[in-house]
Amino acid sequence: MSFRRYLLLIAVAVFAASGDVCLARGMRDFGAVSVANIGGMLPALLNPWIVCGILLLIGFFASYLTALSWADLTYVLPATAISYVMMALLAQRILHEQVTTRHWIGIALVTVGVGFVAGGPTRTTRPSPDSRDKEELSATAGGGEA
Amino acid sequence: MSAAATWGGVAAIVISATAGDVLQASAMREIGDLGAMRRTRGLAAVIRRVAGSSRFIIGMVFMALGFFSLLITLSWADVSVVGPASASLTFVANAIAARIFLNEDVSRRRWTAALFVALGVALLAS
Repeated sequence: MSFRRYLLLIAVAVFAASGDVCLARGMRDFGAVSVANIGGMLPALLNPWIVCGILLLIGFFASYLTALSWADLTYVLPATAISYVMMALLAQRILHEQVTTRHWIGIALVTVGVGFVAGGPTRTTRPSPDSRDKEELSATAGGGEA
Repeated sequence: MSAAATWGGVAAIVISATAGDVLQASAMREIGDLGAMRRTRGLAAVIRRVAGSSRFIIGMVFMALGFFSLLITLSWADVSVVGPASASLTFVANAIAARIFLNEDVSRRRWTAALFVALGVALLAS
């Protein structure tokens, strides 16, 4: 895999973690929101933290879609799992949330678990029945010619 | 808010995000390498091609549902719990959905990873 593609996966993780933390910081200015009071969320769209969070998540989305165009979904998600660690560090620093030892062990297990698959192939798609039929047809045609 | 409300919010995020992820992965696979397309045909052509995909649009609707579920849940619960928990459970749900709907070959190694993730989520939830 090229250096550019590794950079893209890092960008996915950084945008995801910083975007979520900005949104969480912004929503703290508005208190609890219920489904019955969903209209109360509209002023939140003018909050600088929310705006910043949305912009970062747009960056996440663009890099995520690009990664999905050349890799499996079950590759992209694990390969960008470092965002959980970044999120916990940012939540502790910016939001002053308490991240306990138990949380850290949980985050480490999640990261190890998802990072476990990152070294594998980017595409592992099994052939669909249609494409298998096409392969068999082309093999048959190739055999006939030989 | 109670723990049940928090986990109800996480469930809404996971279901919506998984549906959105699978639809978008399917759309991107159909379109091909976006980076290569941008270099040869330009950014406008990439945006037109992606925005013209019906699978992508339906996936966006599910992603929007997941986004608003995330906003609402974050307003009453800690991001260091909701973020990792919803993302990790989404990973497990995506592994199952990718095997069924995208024909991805989810190996034993990937299922082992899912077990690690599930254990991590259990610790985060306690």
